[in-house]
Amino acid sequence: MSAIEVPSVPQGPEPASEPVLVIRAEGRAASRWYRQPALMAGIVILAVVVGLALAAPLITSYDPIAQNLNETLLGPSAHHLLGTDQLGRDTFTRLLYGLRLDLRIGFIAVLLPFVLGTVLGSLAGYFGGGVDTTIMRLVDIVVAFPFYVLIIALVFVLGPGERSIYLAITVVGWVAYARIIRGEILVAKRQDYVTAARSGGLSNVRIMRRHLLPNVISQAYIYGMSDIVQVILAIVTLGFFGLGIPPPTADLGSMINDGQNFLSTHWQLATIPGLVVVLVGLGLSLVGDGLADLLRPGQ
Amino acid sequence: MGRTGFVVQRLLLLIPVAVGVTIVVFFMVHLIPGDPAATILGIHATPKAIALLHQQWGLNRPLASQYWLFLDRLLHGNLGQSIFYGGSVTSLILSHLPPTLWLLSYATVLTVLISVPLAVLAASRRDGIRDHVVRAVPLVGLGMPPFWLGFLLIYAFAISLRIFPVSGYGSGFTGHLQSMFLPSLTVALALTPVVIRSLRASMLNVLGAEYIVTARSKGVPPHRLYQRHVLRNAVIPAVTVLAINIGFLVGATVIIEQIFAIPGIGQLMINSIFQRDFPVVQGVTLVFAIMVVLVNLLADLSYAALDPRVRFDR
Repeated sequence: MSAIEVPSVPQGPEPASEPVLVIRAEGRAASRWYRQPALMAGIVILAVVVGLALAAPLITSYDPIAQNLNETLLGPSAHHLLGTDQLGRDTFTRLLYGLRLDLRIGFIAVLLPFVLGTVLGSLAGYFGGGVDTTIMRLVDIVVAFPFYVLIIALVFVLGPGERSIYLAITVVGWVAYARIIRGEILVAKRQDYVTAARSGGLSNVRIMRRHLLPNVISQAYIYGMSDIVQVILAIVTLGFFGLGIPPPTADLGSMINDGQNFLSTHWQLATIPGLVVVLVGLGLSLVGDGLADLLRPGQ
Repeated sequence: MGRTGFVVQRLLLLIPVAVGVTIVVFFMVHLIPGDPAATILGIHATPKAIALLHQQWGLNRPLASQYWLFLDRLLHGNLGQSIFYGGSVTSLILSHLPPTLWLLSYATVLTVLISVPLAVLAASRRDGIRDHVVRAVPLVGLGMPPFWLGFLLIYAFAISLRIFPVSGYGSGFTGHLQSMFLPSLTVALALTPVVIRSLRASMLNVLGAEYIVTARSKGVPPHRLYQRHVLRNAVIPAVTVLAINIGFLVGATVIIEQIFAIPGIGQLMINSIFQRDFPVVQGVTLVFAIMVVLVNLLADLSYAALDPRVRFDR
């Protein structure tokens, strides 16, 4: 590693002052990212998966919800790459559209708690006192409920559908971001640059948005990358229990549930959607770990 | 602040959490769109039944007095009447509790049995082949849907190989031990990635400590080194991780009980959801929250027993 970096060190007469050190650190991070095989593998997996999901209408000409009762439970063939399900729908097509839906919901559903948790965590960490106590007691209450229990209960109460999923995951998910950001802000707000900004007469909102958040947000990004795997799992689990997107829309969870009844005769119906979820999780975890290594230069 | 001071403070913290949890469970009814009574009763909703439920739950009164009524009933151990099963929710939950507790303890034991040796294996040769293999486990494991893993295991070990029963709770201690193996293994496999990760990290931390170097240089044999020095110190963060993940563990039992047809409170919750039996869902949610809060309390209090260095001043 160090042998590779030697030529990139400036050899001219410049004194090794601080700016040079900064450039070197950035240069190292930038020259390192494609040398991490794990991160590259993750990016490739994600690119393939997202590409397949986005290009679904181009890849397959079947309709994911159109039933064809003359062609139920066919085996894999040239016409139907993964065969058909109990209602004669092309499994490969439903897989692509299900992936598309679950990825879209997953990305939106991870964004909402990220924003809410970051805002509440900054407020708690920056202002302290009563604001902090109130927000942290709220955190204690949400954490008291098991993740899946609260999500399932909320979706049940609100009724199935996309909106309920977003609401439930936001209510349950913001606490982790709030805890992380609060902890980081507690440390960062004692730094000199914050004192300088404050004595310069900047408003609290401006200090938080322009000075503190850019310095602490990377921890939330790192957590978000592993959180999105859990969020996608939660969406698939809700679909499996019939609490997700109502049928006939293709969703990986409901596909696994449908295929479960045909496990001994048509194993591919239930196992392939699960494998796709594992693959998505693997890709996201690899990218998340790689990013964490790049964003945390100290470790 | 001394030890009693810490315990008292920790117990006082339970009060706002308890109040908050009851408020959340109470308000679940009011999140229902439209008239909750009509929705809860579903097909049984005659005007007379709706009026009765309104009267029973005090739905006509102001919210504050409704909550007060709910708390008053709760303190008497009354969680209401089940709509689908009939009978009181409290006795229904109590009769479904043993399988869930079995599953939780069995899964915790299996999690420890799987993750501790793997973490030792990984940490003992940092960046070796074994380390890389063990570190790949969380990458694959974290993205694996627990319910999917569950029925793959059913298919492999119960249907194809016929080693374990397909589902159920079994009878007697050995019966439970056999019937609950696959479900507990599923829960354990869902949890091990997280535990292995943190256990490996904390063991690497301990291995770098000076007292380990001292122990090594005075010729302590490796197995004794791990037993007496490394694991003992690495186990504290691992207990914390287990306690933090108790919410995940308990939540996973809801899913796994449904897959393996185990008559615990998780299955009771899912079945009640399908029957739109609202009081039962409410009651089970509350009981799950109580379980999590108690486990976290126990974990906090047990640090003192595990680590004599823990001090109670913050």
